[in-house]
Amino acid sequence: MIPERWLNAALTLGLLAVPLWALWADEPFTITLATKVAILALAGVGLNIALGIGGLVSLGHAAFFGVGGYAMGILAHHAQTFQPMIWGLEGTKSMPIIWLTALVSSGLAALAIGALTLRTSGVYFIMITLAFGQMFYYFAISWPAYGGEDGLSIYVRNGFPGLNTLDPIQFFAIAFTALMLALFLHARLKASPFGLALNAARQSPDRVETVGLSPFRLRLLAFVISGAITGLAGALFADLNRFVSPTMFSWQLSGELIVFLLIGGVARLYGPVVGAAVFIFLEHHLGDISEFWQIGLGVLLLLIVLFARGGLIGLVAGEKR
Amino acid sequence: MNPVLETRGITKNFGAVEASRGISLDLRPGEIHALIGPNGAGKSTLIQQIAGKLRPDAGSVHLLGEDVTALGVAERARAGLGRTFQVSALAMEDTVLQNAVLGALGARGGRVPLFRGALHDADLRATAEAALDRVDLLDSADMQTAALSHGQRRQLEVAVALTLKPRAFVMDEPMAGLGAEGSARLTRFLDGLRDEAPILMVEHDMDAVFALADRISVLVYGQLIATGTRDEIRANPDVRAAYLGEDA
Ligand SMILES: Nc1ncnc2c1ncn2[C@@H]1O[C@H](COP(=O)(O)OP(=O)(O)OP(=O)(O)O)[C@@H](O)[C@H]1O
Ligand SMILES: [Mg+2]
Repeated sequence: MIPERWLNAALTLGLLAVPLWALWADEPFTITLATKVAILALAGVGLNIALGIGGLVSLGHAAFFGVGGYAMGILAHHAQTFQPMIWGLEGTKSMPIIWLTALVSSGLAALAIGALTLRTSGVYFIMITLAFGQMFYYFAISWPAYGGEDGLSIYVRNGFPGLNTLDPIQFFAIAFTALMLALFLHARLKASPFGLALNAARQSPDRVETVGLSPFRLRLLAFVISGAITGLAGALFADLNRFVSPTMFSWQLSGELIVFLLIGGVARLYGPVVGAAVFIFLEHHLGDISEFWQIGLGVLLLLIVLFARGGLIGLVAGEKR
Repeated sequence: MNPVLETRGITKNFGAVEASRGISLDLRPGEIHALIGPNGAGKSTLIQQIAGKLRPDAGSVHLLGEDVTALGVAERARAGLGRTFQVSALAMEDTVLQNAVLGALGARGGRVPLFRGALHDADLRATAEAALDRVDLLDSADMQTAALSHGQRRQLEVAVALTLKPRAFVMDEPMAGLGAEGSARLTRFLDGLRDEAPILMVEHDMDAVFALADRISVLVYGQLIATGTRDEIRANPDVRAAYLGEDA
């Protein structure tokens, strides 16, 4: 068994090495794939705070991914069409402002959804988060001002002071940095009194109440942080594709985020990184061979759920969390 | 002296089952008050209404003179109620120390920091370790709770309640499944604990009850049929008929 810390360090280096190699080999598409891994992993890190630490199986996290994506889409759309938004506010192409907007708006969406759903648990929580996710999806489809079903194209990638964001490796650096910050946040939260209490609320909510803490409030805060991180990933994903569409809100995406955690290992710090990397790898390589590549993914997922409950990380680093 | 904890006319029905029928009892400073009764008499149901997990259909609960009937579990805990469960409710994947630190965290009144390491907080750790030490679990602090024996889990239940420094303890069958030696040890421990805060204790272990209780209340089919000292309860004909009958 390899200690999890070492494994995490190796994974970090691996995620850095692939695009650097691709840069040297002049394979910009591989850099873009690595960027996609970093961004989807970031979305998964968001989910992992709610699901991994808090045990909140949300099947509606695409709502936050989509809200983050549309925060970027709407701001950039107004900037490129030179039309003010409501209250005369201007759009913007500045990434820091877009990210802040994405974090706040998806955090608020999580606050609202969480406040309405976190009194439920089990299958009912799964279903009601799914329903909320779908509500956002249908809303986006029927919002003609921002493209409706067709989505919105953003012609030029947004800017970050001092960087050329059109250069794949520089955009990768942004996504990678965001992922590292989110992983750091996850680790700190998990070790904190908040994480201790949230983790205990997953195992025994009665215990947490009996010491005078509110499981609901702990979970709500976790849900907001979780949603905000997934929302930031949505904004970056939209920027990567220079396109937002209602598919960002789709329940398939919510499901894929859960699949990342299952593949990598639920509640493992690097679980979503491994999951996203495996997913993108299979999509790209098996996808070349056959359009039925997802059968391969399905078999892998089944094997992991049946024989490796700790995910791939559990297989390498041992069961204990 | 004013009671620390009091129920007035607590009534609770589950459909046709009358689990609590106008129960009024109190817990006075410095005492151990045992609540006994046959299986299904409604003891746990009463404890849950005292702790705030269940709302009574009628009646009220008073803690330190305040009506707490409308408060939830967490609020009552912060108001000074320390409760243990009939079936251990612990974070099984966590270590023994983490469970105790959770109690210490609750004792600080709901301020839950997001960044400082929980186990690096000297205050939390000191409170947690002191409580573990008192129930002889300090040596097992780094063990996973799931790996504890049944008896050790019962001890940890008590330790977590201790971290809260409650004004009143409410314990649902603390001796359950402990075995002779274990319950003798816990009996000695609870004997001293009553000076810190009075204890309302549901218990089936009659040796422990008669060794510890200053007063005993007997619950049968949701109804309190007697409250009194050990001798009064032993002599009470209703109690003998309804409950102690087979031993008497
Ligand atoms: N949530 C509930 N819904 C319906 N009936 C319940 C519920 N909780 C308890 N009861 C019923 O209320 C009665 C009292 O149960 P309670 O658990 O309070 O008894 P108890 O005195 O603690 O018994 P024991 O000694 O076995 O722990 C029983 O008939 C039980 O079946
Ligand atoms: Mg009971």
